[in-house]
Amino acid sequence: MNFYLLSLIKAAVMVGALLLTLLYLQWVERKVIAHVQVRLGPHRVGPHGLLQPIADTVKLLTKEDLMPPGVNKFLYVLAPFLAIMLSLISISVIPFGPAVDVAGVTTWMQLADVNIGVLLILAISSLTVYAVVLAGWSSNSKYPLLGGLRSSAQMISYELPLGMAVAAPLLLSNTLSLRGIVEQQSHYYFGFIPAWNIFHAPFPQVFGFIIFLIAMFAETNRVPFDLPEAESELVAGFHTEYSSMKFAGFFMAEYANMITACSMATVLFLGGWNPLFSPRYGSNYVPAVLFAAAGLMALWFALHPPHKGDRKTMPVFGLAAFVLAAIFLVPALQAILLPLFWFLAKAGFLIFTFIWVRATLPRFRYDQLMRFAWRFLFPAAILNLLVTGLLVALVG
Amino acid sequence: MDPILFLIFAAIAVVCGINVVLQTHPIASALSLICVMGSLAVIYLLLGAQFIAAVQVIVYAGAIMVLFVFTIMLLNAGAEKKSAGSLVSRAVGAPALVALLGFLSYVLYRAFPNPLAVRFGDFTLGTAESVGKAVFTTYLLPFEITSVLVLIAILGAVLLAYKELD
Amino acid sequence: MPNAVPLSWYLILSAVLFALGVAGFLFRRNIITVFMSIELMLNAVNLTFIAFSNFLKQVDGQIFTFFVMVVAAAEAAVGLAIILTVFKNRATLQIDEVASMKN
Repeated sequence: MNFYLLSLIKAAVMVGALLLTLLYLQWVERKVIAHVQVRLGPHRVGPHGLLQPIADTVKLLTKEDLMPPGVNKFLYVLAPFLAIMLSLISISVIPFGPAVDVAGVTTWMQLADVNIGVLLILAISSLTVYAVVLAGWSSNSKYPLLGGLRSSAQMISYELPLGMAVAAPLLLSNTLSLRGIVEQQSHYYFGFIPAWNIFHAPFPQVFGFIIFLIAMFAETNRVPFDLPEAESELVAGFHTEYSSMKFAGFFMAEYANMITACSMATVLFLGGWNPLFSPRYGSNYVPAVLFAAAGLMALWFALHPPHKGDRKTMPVFGLAAFVLAAIFLVPALQAILLPLFWFLAKAGFLIFTFIWVRATLPRFRYDQLMRFAWRFLFPAAILNLLVTGLLVALVG
Repeated sequence: MDPILFLIFAAIAVVCGINVVLQTHPIASALSLICVMGSLAVIYLLLGAQFIAAVQVIVYAGAIMVLFVFTIMLLNAGAEKKSAGSLVSRAVGAPALVALLGFLSYVLYRAFPNPLAVRFGDFTLGTAESVGKAVFTTYLLPFEITSVLVLIAILGAVLLAYKELD
Repeated sequence: MPNAVPLSWYLILSAVLFALGVAGFLFRRNIITVFMSIELMLNAVNLTFIAFSNFLKQVDGQIFTFFVMVVAAAEAAVGLAIILTVFKNRATLQIDEVASMKN
């Protein structure tokens, strides 16, 4: 098929899936934080609050779109646009699966395999600083300016440990292309330990993974590093003066950055789409088993409903789970669905960790945050890189 | 395909370059300079220098220009005040510039005629691997001296911006 | 249209950008804009290096670009620190007004 037409279709599929995920990621976050805090979260709009994101979207769209007086109009409108555009570009190089055969066309489940893929992601994360600093400055107001300057100083400080933490698995994989990095992690040690980069000989990248995650928390302005947008300190930081769709733009960009961060961690450290144990030992049946178990749990809740409405909604969820389990057993679809399942399971677990940390930890003070970056995380990342390099040179 | 891409990004680079020089507010100049660097990064990709294109965006557009933008915001630099320029210099200067550039373009065009053309994909030595090999073998001494230079720059900047705590 | 770009086009683009950088350096009063014109000149020179690296099929031009970028980063850091100090002492960013050693 024509390369341009194929790329257009893949781009449409990816953007559609991403926007739907962004919408429901907000629901997942609110529900998880609510249950951690022993309350219910949204549960009135639709069954278990599933229509809440749609209600929120309608609200944001119909709000008055203010342009405060005294703002720099061009930069004020440019900033959220830049934020979303950059976060969507970085999704385009992430590989979601191997080469698959869809309707006679063989294609990789990735929009573009750039052979400097890792550097592209680093470049895009360097450019997201501009969205924040321009939003803060163009708003012509104290709190956004302070929030914007603090947030961008935080982001550029944490880019250094991020780069060093990314360089260590590159030494193990010997390639800058994301597809190549995942392919290097596809074998198994002793038959059952997966060769993901956190288990890779000669130096398992456990510290690199932790440093990368911490740096990504800071890059995406998530708790505990979200002082620049904290309500108690800076009203709302750099997006104080924004309303309706432009505010929604920053919101979406933050979630999209979170998804990119977790996908990058999965690709670099957790082996991308490679399963946990070899298909020889039956890893092809794991998704079917998991979804069947979820269906059974939903049916049990249908019989002992905690709330009145569950008597009707839980059987529907149970049926949906069983249908998904059955789909994962169809051999024709397994080639596409299984790698996608493993990738989404790993990235989803990391996203759940991001949300879990938000519900649990208090936030850093700004000077504590900067001291942590420069006095602990950066030397730790350099040490990790040195040890990895030494072991690779000695062994490999 | 190549000439179209080159012409588009060269046009963007020249227009933004003119904007850097002509805008009165420094922040507009800074943003135009970032656009120049972005379009130059694409032109480096056309020339096969993938690693340098990525480094250009990460280091130049993503770090150095952030430093410029920070300084402009911290100093609250306003639009430049009009200065007394002589009309003669403006009447003679701009056409002289254009004439000089035209002459230079003609000389360059004659020196490197059409058959010596650049095709995308001809040059394969722009990968990170070949740049890394050259930096760490042939150019090791300049690399080490440059790292000392950066260290000196860090010390100088910290010393100049240090506030006495008293 | 042939799928190739003559080398002279890259060199002409580099010359135009360099000339714009020189014009900005000579004619602007705000010291930060002068600094940005210097960066524009350095970018133009980088383009020439990479164009010739492609033409001569050697990687050395790109190495030199790499070093130019590092030196530009160091220079920007120190230069902006100096500008901050001058601003703290003179409260002005116009280079005309920092003329106390004149005459």
